[in-house]
Amino acid sequence: MTAPVAQVELQERTGDDCISNNGFCPDWIVDNFDRYVDPFFEHIFLTVVSVGIGFAIAFSLALLAHRLRWTMRPISGVTQVLYTVPSIAAFFLLQPYTGRGNLTAIVALVAYTLFILFANIMTGLDNVSGDVKDAGRGMGLTDRQLLWRVELPLALPEILAGLRIATTTTIGLATLAFFAGGGGLGALIEQQLFFKSNVVVAGGLAVLLAAVLDLLILGLQRIAMPWRQAAVA
Amino acid sequence: MSLPVAFLGPFGDAIDFILYERESVSGGVQIGGPGEILELTGTHILVSAVALGAAIVIFLPLGLYLGHRNQGEFLAVSVSNVGRAVPSLALLAFFLAYLGIGFVNVATVLFLLAIPPILTNTFVGVRQVDRDTVDAARGLGMTASQIIRRVELPLALPIIFAGLRLSTVAVLATATIAPLANVLTLGVPITEPQTYGDDGQRAAAMVVAVVTLGADLVLRLIERAITPKGLRLTDRSDLPQRRRLSPIFLRRNRPA
Repeated sequence: MTAPVAQVELQERTGDDCISNNGFCPDWIVDNFDRYVDPFFEHIFLTVVSVGIGFAIAFSLALLAHRLRWTMRPISGVTQVLYTVPSIAAFFLLQPYTGRGNLTAIVALVAYTLFILFANIMTGLDNVSGDVKDAGRGMGLTDRQLLWRVELPLALPEILAGLRIATTTTIGLATLAFFAGGGGLGALIEQQLFFKSNVVVAGGLAVLLAAVLDLLILGLQRIAMPWRQAAVA
Repeated sequence: MSLPVAFLGPFGDAIDFILYERESVSGGVQIGGPGEILELTGTHILVSAVALGAAIVIFLPLGLYLGHRNQGEFLAVSVSNVGRAVPSLALLAFFLAYLGIGFVNVATVLFLLAIPPILTNTFVGVRQVDRDTVDAARGLGMTASQIIRRVELPLALPIIFAGLRLSTVAVLATATIAPLANVLTLGVPITEPQTYGDDGQRAAAMVVAVVTLGADLVLRLIERAITPKGLRLTDRSDLPQRRRLSPIFLRRNRPA
């Protein structure tokens, strides 16, 4: 056996040496890709459910605050506190009540989205020009018709901007959901923290997911507001 | 346990963890108690402060400058869009895998995470200052740096501070997972439940929450302290963003 030749052969990006040298190993990635599929869908599930519930709550709160002005400050205060408490801390503070698993993760993620969604929906509704509302009232619209047919459609771009921000930040946070027992791509990252191929794939999938959803909602924003560019988020 | 917090249930146990040392779950090591908690908190705050300090020193002036010149809007906005999409754990793991462990690496990751809110908010804050005010300042003969310092910066303070608060909260939260890189912050009990137990985890979570809320409060107090009195009287920052300008500016007929 000519030892130098054998050594040269073993430097390829395949096989165990690539892994033991902790390089970026496309072969390993292809072989092990099915490990990433389930967590990927778990991740999507966590994100969509959390943002969905958060939006439902924030929307109701915003309608309430829009009608009863005095509730806006307290609601804003509460959502800001919920936003400030780091999600990791929230996972463990919730544990005595919600245990380990998806529920804890979802509750914490929902709490995190409330602030940005509430703030953006409120801003959108408040930025509807008084003249337009006057015109609506002059046409005989009731308050409810005014809200659903005039104010909300005009507020839609701002609302979608908030939805975009909430979605991308939730995807980022959902990588930490495994601390609460909730699965997701973060669990995979943490399992093999120092292995480059693993980190790049898992992290890359998360970023890809965020980018795709971000662009989807951005597209919705452009459709809802074709007469000008999407505003600075 | 001598403190009567048993009625608080699991949180009472967690408070107990903070106050009294005890032997670890796996035996042999002394854990808990104010000494260790303070030490972990100290490292936590230190690594966060280093990262935040660097980010503020570099990117706050940059945001002011770009906002004043109305240049680099794409950069200032994209850095936030991109930054939001990158999960903190993935960034940390990426740095770990390629650059190894250690204080400097963690501080670098936190530094990168702190940049987007600071840069974007400073830029947007300066852009939304009323153009007439800036024109008036120019008409008075102020130089560019005087305009930035005495007109644009004070008027942009609420939005700039909102960005600072966002950055601080994000950095403090991410410092919690620093133990994965061997930097011993408050995340240690959280990432090592086999040694610290559920009580330790809960206690660390409580301390992290308190530290973060405290930092947020401190920043709000600082903002109130350095806002010029005249601006403070017209402060409407509790309202949604675009109403924050004085009503005078909203009622005039202004070109779009």
